[in-house]
Amino acid sequence: MSYVTKSPWIIHYDGSSCNGCDIEVLACLTPMYDVERFGIINTGNPKHADIFLVTGSVNEQNKEVVKQIYEQMPSPKVVVAIGICANSGGIFKECYNVLGGVDQVIPVDVYVPGCAARPEAIIDGVVKGLSVLSEKRKGGSVNE
Amino acid sequence: MELILFLIIFPLVAAIALLLVKADAGRDAVVAVASLVIAGVSIFLFIQYFDVGHEPFDFESEAVGYAMAAIEACLAVVIIVLGIKYKKYLASVLAAIQAPIMIWFEFSIGHGIPVESNIYVDKLSLIMILIIGVIGTLICVYSLPYMKDFQHHHQGEKDRRPWFFFLMFLFLAAMFGIVVSNNLLWMYFFWEITTLCSFFLIGYTKTEEAIRNSFRALVMNLLGGIGFVLAIVFMGIVFGTVELDTILNYSSMSQYSFMVGIPVALLAFAGITKAAQMPFNSWLLGAMVAPTPTSALLHSSTMVKAGVFLIIKLSPALGFNIAGIMVMMVGGITFLMASLAAISQSNAKRVLAYSTVANLGLIVACGGVGTYGAVWAGVMLIIFHAITKSLLFLCVGTAEHNIGSRDIEDMDGLFERMPRLAAFMMIGIAGMFLAPFGMLISKWATMTAFVESNNIILVMLICFGSAATLFYWAKWLGKMSAIMSGRENIQTGVHRGEWSVLGTLTAMTVLICLLFPMVSSTSVVPYIDVVFKSAHAGLLSDIDMRIMWAMLALVVLLTTFFFGRTKKKIVPIYMAGVNAGDNLTFRGAMEKDVTVSLRNWYMEKYFGEAKMNAIGGISSAAVIVVIFSIIIGVVLMMGGVLNG
Amino acid sequence: MVKIIVLVAAYLIFAPIVGGFLAGLDRVITARMQGRVGPPVIQPFYDVFKLMEKEAITVNKTQDFYVMCFLIFIVVTGGLFFAGQNLLLIIFSLTLASVFLVVAAYSSNSPYAQIGAERELLQAMAYEPMVLMMAVAFFLYTGSFEVSAIIAHEKMAFLPLVGIFLGYLFILTIKFRKSPFDLSMSHHGHQELVKGLTTEISGKSLALIEIAHWYENIFLLGFIFLFFANGTQAGIIAGVIVCLAAYFLEIFIDNSFARMKWQFALNSSWIVATALGFANLAVLYVPVVLNMLIGITG
Repeated sequence: MSYVTKSPWIIHYDGSSCNGCDIEVLACLTPMYDVERFGIINTGNPKHADIFLVTGSVNEQNKEVVKQIYEQMPSPKVVVAIGICANSGGIFKECYNVLGGVDQVIPVDVYVPGCAARPEAIIDGVVKGLSVLSEKRKGGSVNE
Repeated sequence: MELILFLIIFPLVAAIALLLVKADAGRDAVVAVASLVIAGVSIFLFIQYFDVGHEPFDFESEAVGYAMAAIEACLAVVIIVLGIKYKKYLASVLAAIQAPIMIWFEFSIGHGIPVESNIYVDKLSLIMILIIGVIGTLICVYSLPYMKDFQHHHQGEKDRRPWFFFLMFLFLAAMFGIVVSNNLLWMYFFWEITTLCSFFLIGYTKTEEAIRNSFRALVMNLLGGIGFVLAIVFMGIVFGTVELDTILNYSSMSQYSFMVGIPVALLAFAGITKAAQMPFNSWLLGAMVAPTPTSALLHSSTMVKAGVFLIIKLSPALGFNIAGIMVMMVGGITFLMASLAAISQSNAKRVLAYSTVANLGLIVACGGVGTYGAVWAGVMLIIFHAITKSLLFLCVGTAEHNIGSRDIEDMDGLFERMPRLAAFMMIGIAGMFLAPFGMLISKWATMTAFVESNNIILVMLICFGSAATLFYWAKWLGKMSAIMSGRENIQTGVHRGEWSVLGTLTAMTVLICLLFPMVSSTSVVPYIDVVFKSAHAGLLSDIDMRIMWAMLALVVLLTTFFFGRTKKKIVPIYMAGVNAGDNLTFRGAMEKDVTVSLRNWYMEKYFGEAKMNAIGGISSAAVIVVIFSIIIGVVLMMGGVLNG
Repeated sequence: MVKIIVLVAAYLIFAPIVGGFLAGLDRVITARMQGRVGPPVIQPFYDVFKLMEKEAITVNKTQDFYVMCFLIFIVVTGGLFFAGQNLLLIIFSLTLASVFLVVAAYSSNSPYAQIGAERELLQAMAYEPMVLMMAVAFFLYTGSFEVSAIIAHEKMAFLPLVGIFLGYLFILTIKFRKSPFDLSMSHHGHQELVKGLTTEISGKSLALIEIAHWYENIFLLGFIFLFFANGTQAGIIAGVIVCLAAYFLEIFIDNSFARMKWQFALNSSWIVATALGFANLAVLYVPVVLNMLIGITG
């Protein structure tokens, strides 16, 4: 058993979301859903985080930021794309500055669909991410 | 005894030689040889009298006394003329008050007073001789390359280096004089020479600011000088003595207790001005305009140390009496307020200056409390402070010449640019405030002594002052430790002479902490045992000293084996995902690169210099005024009783 | 001697266990106060073990050294406390450890870490006077700075030192990094400082800091114990109960306050230290001064 599944710390980044998914992410922390039950903490710091939650699509402005945050997380790490925009670009896909989903710039491990994604779905996505984490840990694939 | 006289006369000879030698090579040779001789003789003297403890010397004085009076008169004339020339009339007036009284006393009463021993040596003066002889000369050696650079930076100005080195060595001679004089007339003579030397050294660059500050130093020290003169006159008339040990003996006799307090308070006042205690601290701050070796000399081994030396010397006559309360309160207030003021300073030399003022305050307060433990702590503080502070000043001097600024904020990334210098500085800073280094050990003893002396105000002052000390040193230490990659290493330009002095001082900072139980038991404790005529067990216990020792060993070992040896992958710092890659710039709005600049906190609103100086100055001035009013009042009353 | 060795060994082994357990309890109680379920009580241990498993990265070659020294000197400080050494020595040793942590943060030259370090120093400046005064008060009451002598003193120090006790409780909020004074490294994400002091510290090094805090919390509570120890069983029981109550109180304070500005931290702690500390010390000094006056006049 890997301890990484017992204590997943999260960093949440808002790409160019409409803030719908962001509110749902924060809702997960509230007494209603209480993700701390699983040891999940929202750290806000890539150097402490194990799971990268991205909401919203990636655009020309923020693609470097998304890349850098991902690079600054110590392995093992997983990326969870939250909401349809983060999955594929959603309704913004055709915008002149939008590149598309998060997978355009960094490898994504779990896709959570929805507009906005429901808290239950987000938690489910994170839990799925945990199994990926423990696999990565087991495989010793420190750098993918 | 010949050696002691040699120590006073030899630096004087060297000084005159330096005044005459104009060539660089000649100066280098004279300074090097003279420093070696002085340091060697100081160490030899220390060893020679190591077992003796206390020894007064009988020394024929008539001619010397008159010569001194003549020189004093000449110096007074110099001050008066200079004061008029630069329109600083206050200095002229003070000199014109002081010198006639002294000369009148010398010729009317002074020479009729029998003097048993003019000079003496005891453990405390041996310690001081060692500090002056070793650290003072190290600073002189350091000055050689430094002043070459200085002259290089100030091209086109007249080369006044012969004058500079003349003053430095004269200073050493006068300091040796102060610490071995038992005859207060002699001590006063040397005392005035240090005042004048510092005046010329501060005014060395002859800029407007330098002249203004040098006169401020002069005026304040002349004020103290008047206190000194009055003390001598009072002692001569009332007690018929001008000897320090006699008056200290009188202080332990109950029938004299109040009357002795008067000259003691006056002498302590002189010590307070010389030790730059509030409200007289501004002269030491102003002294920062001088070249850095001057500041190092004034702050660490000479000048201000003369002030605290006198107060420590007087400590058996202090304690809970009128003079003692004045001294301890002034010291305590100065410690707190100067420590707070240091927080608001970003100029490294000013931080050092305030820290000096604060630490001197602590020593002065120790002298004022005047118990066994307090005096022990005070002497230890003198020793540790001399070494560490000279190291720090010289480090700042070298940094200034290489990075072109003495501002702490400009020392960004010094650890990459001048790694060795930064390491020396960090050791120096740690030495000033952290366990298990010397200053902290002394502060610990100081605290214990204050608590035992039952002075609650002093305890409060030291509690808050220590907190401020922690803040301003640690933020500087942090600045030094910051790693900024990609900075060019520029320390190759530092002269070898500077490195050797800095290295020696750094080694001494660490070594003295390892050796301090020995220093304490062989030098300090015997001195205090003699002075207080008792052995006392209230100091730091053996086990505490051993723990400190073990902690120091732990720090040294950890640093040797683990510092900088990580095998981990080095990654860029977090800058909200927009680190441009070099850890120093980030991509800001509109794709523009913005350079990051990090600044320490100075909390100007809270701890602004002007405010702290005003509060500290007014409260200590109030203490001094109240105490002297009481003294004058009582004297007048007694006069009335006697006349009526 | 044997007793000292046993105590120190017990501290070295059990302090991280008890400290980690208390930290877990803190998170559960906090969650309950907020109407949540919260993590398992051994969550802090999971966190530390996980951090140990993470990739080894650092921002420069020196930071890990400072972090290691922080842990070592925290442990040394605690060891000195449980060995019954001098209170002032313990406080100075604690200061040394804290400075190592601050320097670790500074060494990264990261904006967030530097502000955290700066605030940490400010907090240290805020609490230092009160801590020193506590040591002085114990000395005045029991006649010794030695922890062993203070514990062996037959009278309970709590009532005569009640002002000091309250003052210490106040600054304990700072030391435990609780709201309203969690200025330098907040446990709550998404704030202007990111993680302050520890922003650049990750993986094993961060785990070391967590463990150091567990060690630290235990002897910080030990200071509270000193107020009640009087050499009897009852004293020990009272001490432990009050330690736990104080810990609970700090959690309660944490959840009842928003974070304040640094000005408030400095002002309030110095005012508390001056008012409570000074008043209490003054009361302790009364008999001493009276004796002295009698000595002088008689």
